[in-house]
Amino acid sequence: MTATVPLNAYLILSAALFVIGVAGVLIRRNVLVIFMAIELMLNAVNLTFVAFARFLHSMDGQIIVLFVMAVAAAEVAIGLAIIIALHRNKESMNVDEINLLKG
Amino acid sequence: MEWLVFVPLAAMALVTAVLVIILRNPVYCALSLVGTFFALSGIYLLLQAQFVAVVQVIVYAGAIMVLFLFVVMLLDLGHELPAWLQRDRPRLLIGAGAVAILLLELVIPVGSWTARAPHGPQTSEVVGAAGNTQLVGRLLFTEFLVPFEITSIILLIAIIGAMVLARR
Repeated sequence: MTATVPLNAYLILSAALFVIGVAGVLIRRNVLVIFMAIELMLNAVNLTFVAFARFLHSMDGQIIVLFVMAVAAAEVAIGLAIIIALHRNKESMNVDEINLLKG
Repeated sequence: MEWLVFVPLAAMALVTAVLVIILRNPVYCALSLVGTFFALSGIYLLLQAQFVAVVQVIVYAGAIMVLFLFVVMLLDLGHELPAWLQRDRPRLLIGAGAVAILLLELVIPVGSWTARAPHGPQTSEVVGAAGNTQLVGRLLFTEFLVPFEITSIILLIAIIGAMVLARR
């Protein structure tokens, strides 16, 4: 166990995944893919929590990850329900065309 | 030795994450997102978080992705034009610049930063003796009992909300 992976490597990977998620939200127009990019960002944060839990010798980070997963599951259920309702009213998945609240 | 496991998993996570945001068919996006989840699950195993790794596969790769694929196939989505065709060039450049700056802002401090000495009670020996799942369960039902109960209320609200929203 001489060459262990340092904490910074995990954090850099997590930062890269988060930025990919941000880029996905910015460049995609499809609501579903934007949702997937949000999941990607949540996962990047989870990775940070688990890495810190390991390197600070504390289990709390892993517990928080479980809560994040539960909230993510709730968020996806609500979000997909909204998408289905949107699709019924407006046959489009493009966020540029979804502007019902604009008045 | 750990690098031999970490580097392929990290590469797989990054490649599949990039595929999620550049592939045009949402079904392919969802499938490469599954790849990202599995790679992250492997990394959690490397970090000695076995319970989180298993929950990651069951909840994310199982439940959440099934929900995504279900909606993708239910709604019959058309193909989306690639981003570099549907948006004007200056805005795309501004977006790419913002993303690059964000990446630098995150990576530069993190890369040059050194962690404090570990001080928590759960060292590798303690976790190895008791088992990861047992420790997680004990913490969940003692120290984090109130958040745990609130989580169940959140899930209940999500169930009711999804039913109300998706009902005809």
